[in-house]
Amino acid sequence: MEYTIELNKKQFESIENILKEELIDLGVQTVLLIDLAGNILVNLDDGKSDIDIYSLAALAAGNFGAVSAMAKVIGESDFSLLFHKGEKESIHFSKINEDLLLLTIFGKDVSLGFLRLKTAEAMRKILEII
Amino acid sequence: MALINPKKKEVQVKIVYYGPGRGGKTTNLEYINKKFKERIKGEMTTVKTYGDRTLFFDFLPVDIGKIKGYDIKVQFYTVPGQVKYNATRKLVLRGVDGIVFVADSLVVRRKMNILSLQNLNENLSSFNRRIFDVPIVLQYNKRDMEKEGIPLLSVETLENDLNKQLKAPSFVASALTGQNVVTTMKKAISLTVASLQKKLELGG
Repeated sequence: MEYTIELNKKQFESIENILKEELIDLGVQTVLLIDLAGNILVNLDDGKSDIDIYSLAALAAGNFGAVSAMAKVIGESDFSLLFHKGEKESIHFSKINEDLLLLTIFGKDVSLGFLRLKTAEAMRKILEII
Repeated sequence: MALINPKKKEVQVKIVYYGPGRGGKTTNLEYINKKFKERIKGEMTTVKTYGDRTLFFDFLPVDIGKIKGYDIKVQFYTVPGQVKYNATRKLVLRGVDGIVFVADSLVVRRKMNILSLQNLNENLSSFNRRIFDVPIVLQYNKRDMEKEGIPLLSVETLENDLNKQLKAPSFVASALTGQNVVTTMKKAISLTVASLQKKLELGG
């Protein structure tokens, strides 16, 4: 059987709290926790965001899958981190486990280095819960 | 696999339109997008190549209302049909909850239909899933071409080629004119959601 992510209400709440404390409070615009099928588990934003998160999640999962396939071509098992830089907004992807991806959309006022630290911390805490 | 969020009372379901290249998978989604414009919040997303063929997938999210207190969000995907894009087809199939197999009724496409269904079976096996265990609907597309005098496969031939073992619900259709596009979609949704009912009752 294919792996299925089954989380209860309490787990969802704990994950939301972690993402809020570590990332939304840092000033990022949107945080999405998605699975590699393109489903959204958790979405949080700063209240000013108006993006089509469902399409974004579908494309992000596809993109990550494509990049994983590229990794295998060059003999890597995976690329665990991806970063797309835009003029105003950027997207940071990190792989939490075999099935989960964390996507962060942030503006110029958030430093990439700090974001990476905070993302790593959030991932560590999420892995303790799931 | 469908994602059930007990906190938000939301279910996300993934239905994939599969089938040979140029069979009309994208046209199905385009028709649905046009027909239900007011109910579709997101835009239809497509990743195409120069030749207007689907390179990666098309994606269309639709809210279909509540079942057992859960908001049901259906996400429709198409796969690229061309044989060489199998890696991306596999990616899109990941976590699929329901499938619409769009077969091309043109006589000259008979072999492509059979190969594509075999390919679906193989790709599902790579995720340790069986084609018989996934809700599936068959659509025999391009029936409108008969009027143009183009030779079409008979429904009996299509059933015999594709549906002999599956015994899935099947519809003749024309994605271009919209004939049975919605019927196919509704059947796929109802089969898929029915397969989740038990889970929802437990989780609810």
